[in-house]
Amino acid sequence: MNLFDYVRASSVDEAVAAVAKPGARILAGGTNLLDLMKIGVAEPTMLVDITRLEDLKRIDWLSDGGVRIGSLVRNSDLAYETRFARTFPMVAEALLSGASAQLRNAATAGGNLLQKTRCSYYQDVASACNRRNAGSGCDARHGLNRLHAVIGWSDHCIATHPSDFCVPLAALDAVVEVTGKGGTREIPIESFHLLPGDQPAKENALAVGELVTAIRIPADASRFAAHSRYLKLRERTSYAFAVVSAAAAMTIEDGRIVEARLTLGAVAAKPWRSREAEAAMIGQIPSKDLFHHAAGIVLQGAIPSGDNAFKIELARRLAARALSAASAGTPAAMPALPGSPLLTISGDANVA
Amino acid sequence: MSLDLSSDTSARPTTRYGSNSGQPLTRRDGILKVTGQATYAADNHPAQLAYAVMVGATIARGRVTAMDVEAASRHPGIIEVFTPDNAPAFAHDPDEKMPPFGFRLELLQNHSVRYAGQPIALVVAETLEAATEGAHLLQPVYETDEARTGLENGVQFDPQAVGVGGPPSTSHGNLDTAFAASETIVEAEYSTPAQYHNAMEPHAVVAEWNGNHLTLDMPNQALAMSCASYARYFDIPVENVVIRSPFLGGGFGSKAILNGPQILAIAAARKLKRPVKLALTRAQMYGPVGHRGQTWQTLRMGLSADGRLKAIHHRSISATSSFDDFLEPAANASLPLYAADALLAEHKGLRLDIGTPGPMRAPGEASGSAALEVAIDEAAEACGLDPLEFRLLNYAESEPGSGRPFSSKALRECYERGAEVFGWQQRLRAPRTMRDDNGLLVGWGMGTAVFPCPMFPAQARTTVRADGSVLVETGGVDMGQGAWTALAQIAAEALGLEAHEIEFRSGVSTLPDAGVAGGSGHTASAGLALSNSGLDALAKLAEIATNDPDSPLFGAGNIGVLPRGGRLVRRDDESRGERFADILTRAKQSEVIGEAKSMREPGNAEKFAMYSHGAVFAEVKVDPDLGQIRTTRMVGAFAAGRVINPRLVRSQYYGGMIWGTSFALHEAALIDHRTGRVMNADLAEYHVPVNADVPSLEAILVAEDDPYVNAIGVKGVGEIGITGTVGAIANAVWHATGRRVRNFPIHIEDILGL
Repeated sequence: MNLFDYVRASSVDEAVAAVAKPGARILAGGTNLLDLMKIGVAEPTMLVDITRLEDLKRIDWLSDGGVRIGSLVRNSDLAYETRFARTFPMVAEALLSGASAQLRNAATAGGNLLQKTRCSYYQDVASACNRRNAGSGCDARHGLNRLHAVIGWSDHCIATHPSDFCVPLAALDAVVEVTGKGGTREIPIESFHLLPGDQPAKENALAVGELVTAIRIPADASRFAAHSRYLKLRERTSYAFAVVSAAAAMTIEDGRIVEARLTLGAVAAKPWRSREAEAAMIGQIPSKDLFHHAAGIVLQGAIPSGDNAFKIELARRLAARALSAASAGTPAAMPALPGSPLLTISGDANVA
Repeated sequence: MSLDLSSDTSARPTTRYGSNSGQPLTRRDGILKVTGQATYAADNHPAQLAYAVMVGATIARGRVTAMDVEAASRHPGIIEVFTPDNAPAFAHDPDEKMPPFGFRLELLQNHSVRYAGQPIALVVAETLEAATEGAHLLQPVYETDEARTGLENGVQFDPQAVGVGGPPSTSHGNLDTAFAASETIVEAEYSTPAQYHNAMEPHAVVAEWNGNHLTLDMPNQALAMSCASYARYFDIPVENVVIRSPFLGGGFGSKAILNGPQILAIAAARKLKRPVKLALTRAQMYGPVGHRGQTWQTLRMGLSADGRLKAIHHRSISATSSFDDFLEPAANASLPLYAADALLAEHKGLRLDIGTPGPMRAPGEASGSAALEVAIDEAAEACGLDPLEFRLLNYAESEPGSGRPFSSKALRECYERGAEVFGWQQRLRAPRTMRDDNGLLVGWGMGTAVFPCPMFPAQARTTVRADGSVLVETGGVDMGQGAWTALAQIAAEALGLEAHEIEFRSGVSTLPDAGVAGGSGHTASAGLALSNSGLDALAKLAEIATNDPDSPLFGAGNIGVLPRGGRLVRRDDESRGERFADILTRAKQSEVIGEAKSMREPGNAEKFAMYSHGAVFAEVKVDPDLGQIRTTRMVGAFAAGRVINPRLVRSQYYGGMIWGTSFALHEAALIDHRTGRVMNADLAEYHVPVNADVPSLEAILVAEDDPYVNAIGVKGVGEIGITGTVGAIANAVWHATGRRVRNFPIHIEDILGL
């Protein structure tokens, strides 16, 4: 591991000043960054430790009913906050479907947004990777890419964003609050992560020296509380990234869908929300056919980036399942296996 | 190393003389382990310790043409950078095998690269961080040749041997005739991936030289054999090598055989005249320390009209490295299990640019069983028979081929009890016919488990002292399976004592050689030696007492004596006897020492076929649209001779069945064939099951009294649980979905046909 400086910030301003230096990186939960440093993928010259910034550890309920999640709030603290889990159940479910209990206890909300792809070529310094090393090429493109992107990828990069948390955040119009030298600004979550295009190394909309301080979920997102679900297909029941995942939410009045949200995870370099699919459900009577139709719209334009054509059909089926589950109603209690489609059919038959 | 048993509440005293065996004692070292007090190899920090980091090749074939040794050496804290240009010399040529089991190793003998992950340099520094960065700064430059890591471009050959010295081809009966007489022929191809042991504890060593004396703290499954091998590499007398291996964080076969990185660290310690520590990273365990090699298997079965097996032809292409041979003897899995008129098991080798595979928990038995048990299911289906009915119809009453009787075989009872507990009778024959209340597809499958019961030469020593204390010693290995507990129980039983009444020493090579902890033979081998050494000590005590006119046992030599609670008593009258201590005190002897070796009766070994058996029943649930699979229930019934400690045995069966789940549904090294590198060399992406993947396990212990396998009646339980399980799960997946997946592990897209 390279030698690096370590500074502990005692204020957001200090952190922002420190991280503006070339090669500096923010250290929060460290669950991703430290691993990457050990394998030589990240080689910061300075770590700016923000874990003592108590202001960033708060969950604040806003007067309008929205919530502001400090960027240092731990995944498990957020998922188990009673009002939060009741108000935004699919966000809590997504959090609890992620990683392992130990990681959730350490990982932070801001870090979740900023985590790196788990593309094995990104994590292997002996491989060519445009995301890690701009211009070096993409060894994943014709390599082991069974779980890679099927939407929004380019020949320069076919990586996916691995987050569960970000998928329902995108569905609910969350906003990312960032602070830089020039002050604070807000970035809608949908614009936060970037598709690779020809510059995959540019992963998100953060400018150099900017710090994520909070994530806000607007008050009106709470209207989906009764009909929302996050489903995650994975190859082992815990501690596995999604093969595909889906956040689905709707409001239903008089038997018809008034508003709908649908976002897919693990299919692209960002959570993939489809307003066309959402629009197609408005005013309709919930039905399997409708949900399959909507799910098909989300996947329109999906193209295998390699040995992963199956993900397209799988994502379509999972999206339809998530919509069905959401229309059936949010489980009364968190399922024993959060996010698992194995338990969706009877809703809350099996609770923790 | 010895442990105090007094805090073990499960070892509470009772009066069941000689019945320590069968008691579910908890692991003697359990509290040390769960409280972090157990010192594993890498926890040792002798004064002046230097830290070594291995550099592994990132190509699979070619040469290293340059390394920036200067840059690495300049880094603060670097002590020495070892490359082929200044490599230590060894007294044994690393390009030669080291009998009996040692492979050809990569010890920086030249610049060639034969597999990804091969050691190409060793950096030693004052700190781990400095050594790590020094290793990074080397930036090797390669001349790269095409990697051959697939079936398509590997080189096939006819091997001399498979597994550990086994014949590459075994045949019984006339295959052509048997196929010609068959009504139905079932044939299919199966493949199993490369798997890596992934013991929680990485391969580590703390090597310390004192002149020509070498002390090693390292996890090691074969203490005496390893000492002999190290002595040859370093040209020192074998008695100068001491290996301390009190605790191992798993081994699974990967810590039984010498590997390059540890030897390089030992050599560095000698050269630098200070202790050196090396611990491989997780990623570095995917290369130089062995793995389960890939197999491509074909099974062809001939069946009579009424569903009897006429012929089994099992072929395996088994991968090995370009420079040494360890081939999964997968086809041999078909030899001992089902009655057939003709059997042929054949192997081809496939040379690939990979690290040499090695024994990994049930080597050959696991991969071969995976294919065989699915093939048996397919054969049953072809005959329109229930899979259990089919297996019973083809039950081997004697060893197929040889016709030898089994020393014991309670497989029928395993089938019966397993089926009963599982509820097999409720199974609907046709696939895709069972659903649960939630609409999930339900599948029930089964497989037969079988594993041989080898024994290795082992020795032990029992010292009975005049103060009444008893010391038993053998250089045994506890990889986590509980050997120290079970072995102490066997030793105590021979002496008529409770396990907590003896001092048990193990885990260091200066003790009598307990043989290899492998092949599921450690308990039988070291246990028999312990038992015999105890009996030898008692015989010496009896000799003294029965010849001493002042002893109540005087003259009882012909009648015989028994040990009872620290006393020797007359066999015909247990009220007459005296304490061990009194016998020695009166004879003015401070102690008697019993010594013994273990060995199977050669006559029995010849006369009987010896195997453990079992039956595994699995339930899977599968989402019909999404293909998500979960093994919701498993019941395994196993018969493996006498059970010394049911708690530990059950734990071994659970572990084996979980490994089987892993094999069937999760585990595979993903190799990029362009580079030959394993691309998922970490525990996040190399999947093994989590607890939620095995929500319900049940292991049934079927009793077997086997007087032939050895004097203590012990077979072995370490590996059998994997066999049978893989097939049971794959067959359950077929039963749930109607899809027969023959390539492991089974993936979602296989289930959905996408």
